[in-house]
Amino acid sequence: MILVIAETRRGELRPVTLELVTAALGVKEAAGGRVAVAVIDADASSFAGALAVAGVDEVLAVSAPTQHFEAHHTQRAVEALIEAEQPALVLLGHTIDSMGFGSAVAARLGLGFASDVTAVSWNGGPIATRGAYGGKLVAELDFPGHERTLLTVRAGAFDPAPAAGAEPAVRPFDVAFDAPLTEHIEFREAATGDVDITKADFLLSIGRGIEDKDNIAQFEELAERLGATLSVSRPLVDAGWMSNARQVGQSGKTVQPKVYLALGISGAVQHLAGMQKADTIIAVNTDPDAPIFGVAHYGAVADLFDVAEALEQHFA
Amino acid sequence: MKVVVAVKAVGALDDEAELVDGDTAVDPDGLEWDLNEWDAFSLEEALMLRDAAGDGEVVALTVGDEEAQDSLLACLAKGADRAVRIWDDVLAGADPLAVARVLAAAIEPEAPDLVLCGVQSSDAVNGATGVAVAAHLGLPHVAVVKRLELEAGVATVERELEGGLVEVLRIRLPALMTIQTGINEPRYATLRAIKQARDKPLSELGLDDVGLDAAQVGAAAGARLRQLRHPEKGEGAEMLDGSPEDVAARIADIVKERMSA
Repeated sequence: MILVIAETRRGELRPVTLELVTAALGVKEAAGGRVAVAVIDADASSFAGALAVAGVDEVLAVSAPTQHFEAHHTQRAVEALIEAEQPALVLLGHTIDSMGFGSAVAARLGLGFASDVTAVSWNGGPIATRGAYGGKLVAELDFPGHERTLLTVRAGAFDPAPAAGAEPAVRPFDVAFDAPLTEHIEFREAATGDVDITKADFLLSIGRGIEDKDNIAQFEELAERLGATLSVSRPLVDAGWMSNARQVGQSGKTVQPKVYLALGISGAVQHLAGMQKADTIIAVNTDPDAPIFGVAHYGAVADLFDVAEALEQHFA
Repeated sequence: MKVVVAVKAVGALDDEAELVDGDTAVDPDGLEWDLNEWDAFSLEEALMLRDAAGDGEVVALTVGDEEAQDSLLACLAKGADRAVRIWDDVLAGADPLAVARVLAAAIEPEAPDLVLCGVQSSDAVNGATGVAVAAHLGLPHVAVVKRLELEAGVATVERELEGGLVEVLRIRLPALMTIQTGINEPRYATLRAIKQARDKPLSELGLDDVGLDAAQVGAAAGARLRQLRHPEKGEGAEMLDGSPEDVAARIADIVKERMSA
């Protein structure tokens, strides 16, 4: 069987869960013909409706002792599920929550393991595809010597499984939990600032390639001239040059503008996750192997300052 | 306050990197080595915690061959008190679970108050090693920490979630945390410190020095690399050639056309 670990946060099923179901369906027959989705949540059985999608045979409901995700509890629950259900394949989202326990489960149970997986196939056992060398190469992995393998799958790599009519059967699954090792204090939204980049039709997005804080003003001017909204990649926020409100990527905003013009952004995985669904992506970078060219519709290997200067002339 | 920081020297591909060993490795001549970006932040956090405590030690520890030596020296130059490099040829191309097994074996006798790792490395981008180390050591752990305050053995941390959401939580030491970029402003080493780094203790250990053998490391591995390849071309971008003026003119045309559509 394939065991999919659902991800919930504040009472909502996170979208990656239905993508994991699609990933599971692709290798379902080879992996034993059954897909179970485990929900580990204070109110686990309430998610059966959201999991009424094609191909889910059963929902395993683990009643979590804390209201919010606690990494050690989830780790314990996933270990107990694997030991009891003996799945050939365990799928998690490659998400912040999973990064808090997924590899710990694999290390403790001696599972086959790969993270940030973008494709899954089967040849006597699972075969996983993921990036290597910062996404400049593609790696294919297998898991010899492992009867069970745990993969964390990149969000957005698979389409969500379509809805089905009937709710899947729900089976309660009891886990003996220890006391939590972390104490939840609160959730906090990052400052939103005065701009909503998710509403913009045209984003001019700048990254590490602009080199210096003093150069930001010139791109603010360029954005205004182009009628674009300025957005940034993570390094500019980390450096304290720009507010998190303008950050595109996993930890910032997910955007889908008509045009995304990226200057000096190499395209780390976490950035691509936030912009790859833009209608038209144009990327300018000095590195011909920059991963952003893999998702861009148009690319140019050029100095962004030269291009920016020349671009101004076309927008009076 | 004793903090162990697990660091990694990362290899960045240059333009002409070639695949070797039946396409399961990159020719080392095509790699430029540097301290992993995330580790500069975790090291800085460790140094600040030690300095705030007024006493203690920061130990930088890596699994890596001789190419990792400069990254360890960089950690010493920035202020780590000592460094440890563990290597055996069987570790070439090791996956995160095998590396975690070795790191854990080396960290255990150090009995630190805190273990810090980067969230991920810029080359492999697994985001997996740190938490697997915690599993071996039986340490409580938090991943993707973007703020850390310590008081009386209890850390209040901010965990960076998706979409700009943050979770504030508390965890008691000893613990392991994986540190996100932007948590602090990593210091640069002075020229003087870079010189002095060579006089700081740097031990080089083999597997048997940390109580492991090749079979145990092999058994800990989670995956085997079957093949590396270049991403398929053609599905990628249509490249705009010519001078910057030519490129800008094409971009202007595309933007105007799409925005009026």
